[in-house]
Amino acid sequence: MPATIKNPAARRYTLRLFVLMTAYVLLLIFAKWMFKRGFAEGALGYVLAVLPALPIIGVFWAVMRLLVEQTDEYLRMLLVRQCLFATGFALVVTTIREWLQNFDMIAAGDAGFGAAFFWFAGLGLGALFNKLTIGDAGWDGGCK
Amino acid sequence: MKNRLKVLRAMRDWSQADLAEKLEVSRQSVNAIETGKYDPSLPLAFRIADLFGLPIEEIFERGE
Repeated sequence: MPATIKNPAARRYTLRLFVLMTAYVLLLIFAKWMFKRGFAEGALGYVLAVLPALPIIGVFWAVMRLLVEQTDEYLRMLLVRQCLFATGFALVVTTIREWLQNFDMIAAGDAGFGAAFFWFAGLGLGALFNKLTIGDAGWDGGCK
Repeated sequence: MKNRLKVLRAMRDWSQADLAEKLEVSRQSVNAIETGKYDPSLPLAFRIADLFGLPIEEIFERGE
């Protein structure tokens, strides 16, 4: 990551991502700690189980805010392509997995690799797709 | 769409970064437009035309 980020939208995104990822780690540790000690009874259990999901949902929000706030139309176009690629990738992978499970070809469950994981992986693959098709992976950190 | 952006920029001895700063876009955007990988929106095309003091059709022309 560059030492200074000139693009205001990218700077805000990076800051949001840092805050959300920090919150994710802390909430995950807290929820696990609560469950381990048996404090997650009844409704509280549901609340605690959902807590680590909130920062992940926040990352979806942060990516969408980056789309809205990015004033550079070319970089925005690259990010739109990345998001579309990620959405398609996550849907394809989870749909195939679901049908493999429907016919008992693989075990039920996702082993911790849910739709969000594949969407984030798809963002990375989307950047690679942009690089291969347009020659630009996306924001390079030095733009205005 | 073809364009004369690179020639016009060179005539003024501007780097891609110089042009990007004047247009308030990324250097990547300038490079993508110059190389024909990206066609700018009308507002950006007008900004480019205004900057060079030329009508849009003298900078951009039809073509692959």
